[in-house]
Amino acid sequence: MISAYYFGAISLVLIGLYAVLVKKNVLKMLIGLSIMETGVNLLLVSIGYIYGRSAPILSEGIGPNQAVDPIPQALVLTAIVIGVATTAMALSVAIILYQKYGTLNVEEIRRLRG
Amino acid sequence: MVSILKRSLAVIMLLIIGYWLAQGLSGIPFGQDKMLVGKYYLDNVIRQTGAINAVTAVVVNYRGFDTLGEVTVLFIASTGVGALLWAKRRERTAKTEGSIVLKTGIRLLTPFVILFGAYIFIHGHLTPGGGFPGGATIATAFLLLYMAYTMYEIPRRAFENTEGVAGMSYVIVALIGLAIGGYFLFDWIWQTWHFGVNNVGRILSGGFIPVIYTIIGIKVGTELSGIIDNMLREEVRE
Amino acid sequence: MNCLVCIEYILIGVMILSAIFAVEWRDLLAAAVGMAAVSLFASILYLMLQAPDVAMTEAAIGAALSGAVFIFAIKRTQRFESEEEERPGWWIRW
Repeated sequence: MISAYYFGAISLVLIGLYAVLVKKNVLKMLIGLSIMETGVNLLLVSIGYIYGRSAPILSEGIGPNQAVDPIPQALVLTAIVIGVATTAMALSVAIILYQKYGTLNVEEIRRLRG
Repeated sequence: MVSILKRSLAVIMLLIIGYWLAQGLSGIPFGQDKMLVGKYYLDNVIRQTGAINAVTAVVVNYRGFDTLGEVTVLFIASTGVGALLWAKRRERTAKTEGSIVLKTGIRLLTPFVILFGAYIFIHGHLTPGGGFPGGATIATAFLLLYMAYTMYEIPRRAFENTEGVAGMSYVIVALIGLAIGGYFLFDWIWQTWHFGVNNVGRILSGGFIPVIYTIIGIKVGTELSGIIDNMLREEVRE
Repeated sequence: MNCLVCIEYILIGVMILSAIFAVEWRDLLAAAVGMAAVSLFASILYLMLQAPDVAMTEAAIGAALSGAVFIFAIKRTQRFESEEEERPGWWIRW
């Protein structure tokens, strides 16, 4: 039996993968990719959590033995910012596709290309 | 028919993948102490870096080279958006001006939103936050300005120059560390000058973490504002 | 079962529900808002997992900037996902 946080993270990854596999609209695929990214980040942070401990800010009353693991949080912190920039770049590719072909359906685009 | 077949095949495949993921994750107990490197960081963070926020210390000090790479990826992505959407003549095409409530509220709020972003990245070594959320908050202020006024545009030239200077100064701070202490991104303010050793927990401490986080905050803010600007201006043909 | 666990279960359930809506809605504008809602609930979960830095970043970027960037792209393309028509020969174009 896995924890509820693991269940939520795996569900987000699977829902995003479903959108990437089944949907034909490019923007819908990118929405699925963003949801997958959120799921992976949630999985990393929940692996670093420890019961009954506090955030890794060592102020008064919180020593090194009462803090959760700081490394997954540091990794996820930068990954989120990179994620929005790369998503914006993928969206500008989608805008160029629409200007060139007049549609966002990947099957139509594949047929028009030849 | 085809679509139902395809969907059911995809759902079966996803269930198999999900079962594998759950099997793999059931070997990792949730909420147990599994720290190896994190233990070392938490034990030594105040003595070695002077920051009390361990996440900030890991991002800027212990893994600063990684962060330099991430900032480079951010720069390349923002440049890529500008290059892909390039056109000879581009203008904003929004027609409806914001309502009077939106315009007045945003004119009053924008300086405070930018001030709050600056607060977040200056206090990165003491409180939750740092350069990345602070820069995003500053970009949100410009997003609000774009939403309220149809004719508003950011000063593009100044933003690009600021971004370049911020990226250069990150590398220069790291190179000064190389000259003084012998390796790239050596914390010369904390480990050579011992600046603020008796001041841990206040703002004038933490070595070069506030300096680098200010640089990162300015860089992230200008880059995300540039992405918003590039996405909103459309090509105009005469 | 104490009350904090109930809140966690409710938040995770609402997050998965809004992810399903974001994938299934044909109106892309509504789907972008659903994606922003997923980010918002994930940010509350980060706060409950004792990660305030990540929670602030996710609230500022995932819920505001990411949704805004999607909405700008939808403004420059089309708003509704077209109905998928069925043609023979799908096994070739799979």
